[in-house]
Amino acid sequence: MKKLLSTMVALSALGASQVMAQDLSLKVTNLSSAIYFTPLLVAAHDGNNHLFMEGAAASTSLQAMAEGGDFSGLSTDIQAIGGEVVENPAGDLLAPGGSTSFTLMTSKTNDRLSLTAMLLPTNDGFVGLDSLELPKKKGTYTYYLNAYDAGTEANNEVINGGGAPGVLGIPADPGGNAGSDGTGITSTTENSMIHIHRGNIGDMDATGGVSDLNSTVHRWLNPVAKLVITVN
Amino acid sequence: MKLNSPFTRIKLTTLGLLLTTVMIQGCNDDMMDHEYSVKVTNLTNNQAFSPIAGVLHDDSHKIFALGDMASVALETLAESGDNSGIIDDTDNTASGSGLLTPGSSETIMLKGDEKFKLSLLAMLVNTNDGFVGLESVDLGDLKKNESLMLHAKVYDAGTENNSEAAADVPGQSGEGFNVARDDRDFVSIHPGVISQDDGYSSSALDASHRFDNPAAKVVITRIK
Repeated sequence: MKKLLSTMVALSALGASQVMAQDLSLKVTNLSSAIYFTPLLVAAHDGNNHLFMEGAAASTSLQAMAEGGDFSGLSTDIQAIGGEVVENPAGDLLAPGGSTSFTLMTSKTNDRLSLTAMLLPTNDGFVGLDSLELPKKKGTYTYYLNAYDAGTEANNEVINGGGAPGVLGIPADPGGNAGSDGTGITSTTENSMIHIHRGNIGDMDATGGVSDLNSTVHRWLNPVAKLVITVN
Repeated sequence: MKLNSPFTRIKLTTLGLLLTTVMIQGCNDDMMDHEYSVKVTNLTNNQAFSPIAGVLHDDSHKIFALGDMASVALETLAESGDNSGIIDDTDNTASGSGLLTPGSSETIMLKGDEKFKLSLLAMLVNTNDGFVGLESVDLGDLKKNESLMLHAKVYDAGTENNSEAAADVPGQSGEGFNVARDDRDFVSIHPGVISQDDGYSSSALDASHRFDNPAAKVVITRIK
């Protein structure tokens, strides 16, 4: 009898934790034709916290992600306030046209979902989702995500390996379509808050001109990502 | 195994009833009890749409999907505007009557059952292989006389390099479909046209042909 009782307690505890938690399956697709995503950070968190906010200044952690693809600061920040994260579900860069599927178990208080990944090649562009209120009902939900500019670096469009926060330049073009010896399109940022990215401009000169990017390859229009959430 | 226990018998009976129901539905000739009007408005500045193609289809296939390789039927529509590979002779599909010019609207009618999804496609004729589309929209929750308004985005079929050259763009009297696949070979969101006005000297397009998302407004109304 004692054994049965303890089993029942264990079972009811299990039941309670299931009520508290949400079991989500997620799929992220890169919709661009030639822009790569650096490793994704996906976070479930409460309504008082954000990885980023439109119209607000980027945190130093967000800046590190947007300029160099390093999500470790953002991940530490959001876990420090009780957030639950999935780091780098694709295990690599997410190539144009590519998808990554993964699962996320959330506790009841973490009812918002956020997501970030740097866009390559850009200076400080990132695909983002800020605090989506997670659907509660079982079902499949589709969202389209836009490209943001962190506002922390001038979009000079020069590929020089510069990925550290505050270092001007683009780290790399993983697709290998970039040119070289561009003089730089601009040295200023007009909007230093997080805003919708104006897109790459590029030029048609592979070995000079103002940009190392190619107008026919590296431009995009929103949306840049598709997120499908299945509430199980 | 106690196959003849009352519990098992009840379960088997229920299963039998379920199977019968499914079979009756599966054999029903009248699968077209839902009818929809689909009104498409061209929101671009100077990109006529090829005759719009609307398709109601079940989950077993897709007309196109982001990230997937284009079918030949999609490649043909996206490069030339010819929708004959998408349209068939059933009421599940319908074609627009002709070019849908910027600012114009056209309504097509489609029939299907509640499990069907709507895909919609039309070429932007001043592109290499760009098309405005809706991808497998679920209409299951739409009640009779209810409408759903959606904005449609521009996709790149990924089957033809975006040269913007007159010889390759139907709207500039250039070539339509060709079998070559000289681009990335997956469907993406279109990166937009650059145009000669923005430094692409070999482009036959000008600033008037540039577009952004969304490119079309679509109002779907369930009639029956």
